[in-house]
Amino acid sequence: MTTFEQIQEIIVDQLDKEESEVQMDTNFRDELEADSLDLFQIINDIEDEFDIKIESEEGLNTVSDLVTYVENQK
Amino acid sequence: MKTYGVTIHSTGSYVPKNIVYNDELTQWMDTSDEWIKKRTGIEKRHLSKGEDTSDLCIEASQKAINKKKIDPNQIGLIIVATMTPDSQSPSVSSKVQAAINADNAVAFDISAACSGFVYGLSIAEKMLRHMDYPYALVIGGEVMSKTLDWTDRKTSVLFGDGAGAVILKREAGKESFIAEDLHTDGKKGQALVSGEQEVKNPMCKVDSKDGFLTMDGRAIFNFVTKSIPKSIKHVLRAETMDSEKVDYFLLHQANARIIEIVSKKLTIPLNKFPMNIAHYGNTSAASLPLLLDESIENGTIKLNSGQHIVLSAFGGGLTWGTLLIKV
Repeated sequence: MTTFEQIQEIIVDQLDKEESEVQMDTNFRDELEADSLDLFQIINDIEDEFDIKIESEEGLNTVSDLVTYVENQK
Repeated sequence: MKTYGVTIHSTGSYVPKNIVYNDELTQWMDTSDEWIKKRTGIEKRHLSKGEDTSDLCIEASQKAINKKKIDPNQIGLIIVATMTPDSQSPSVSSKVQAAINADNAVAFDISAACSGFVYGLSIAEKMLRHMDYPYALVIGGEVMSKTLDWTDRKTSVLFGDGAGAVILKREAGKESFIAEDLHTDGKKGQALVSGEQEVKNPMCKVDSKDGFLTMDGRAIFNFVTKSIPKSIKHVLRAETMDSEKVDYFLLHQANARIIEIVSKKLTIPLNKFPMNIAHYGNTSAASLPLLLDESIENGTIKLNSGQHIVLSAFGGGLTWGTLLIKV
């Protein structure tokens, strides 16, 4: 699985969306209507999945932002 | 020596008459009913127009006393859990003692933020077993509105004012308190700060602190969603009790979404988690006794029925705790 696919799976599961709705350029705050608690859950799952620490959710708006963050930490 | 058990004997609650709906908050800050409801489940809250914490606690206590016609002279202990006392001295509990004429009672306040009521019950049930009088009064009461920065929409929309009281009774052959799990993590204490007071004296001149409540939302969220399911599992495991045998899980009413997440993590149906946050907001130490009293009044929870309930709270300190109780 690619990093994108793993993150896509987490978001699909947390926000109860279809895979087709979660693409690299998807803005999860605006397009998927994720609020801060949704985002906290997604970040927690990503931290557990990749064994990394995400200090702040600021600046993380799109799926691509998350993928880039994770790739840089690995 | 006779061995006594301790039971939950009576409950009462009181909230200020003044109700503030989400829409009305827009006169003080940029927010909306939809935004608050979707993220927290809160629709309205009761806010004091001058009544202080002791006033709310006295009303709630009086209701609990009247319900079972208890003689105040038979109350040996009064504990008030609050993070918003009228004053550091006298304590809120001293004021309650005077108002209800419980002249034989030892009275003191405890400070454990939103977990205060669970901590208070835990202390009271242990003390009551060795006291001369058969009743203990445990109250969670808060006027949160006086510690909030009403220009900060991230915190002020979340809280409300209120009080709830429980009277415990010591009696032979009966026992309500089955298991408990209490914790503190002071290393994460800065995640929720309220009522800070600077050291200010002739030797030390510093800027005044405003004392407002501040909260690191993500830190609190992570703490709650990890610690509370674990704590609930712990008390059930201690008694080798299946979650299906528990009739209701009463969680501190901080946020409806958080309760949904805890329910999902424990794979326990959400209809076993009574909620009233929509009507009161987060009333800190008052939230559990308010919910308990309401659940008893509407017949969801029946005293002397043998139902099993879990009370679980979490808050500043950081503190958290869970009690398994047979009512």
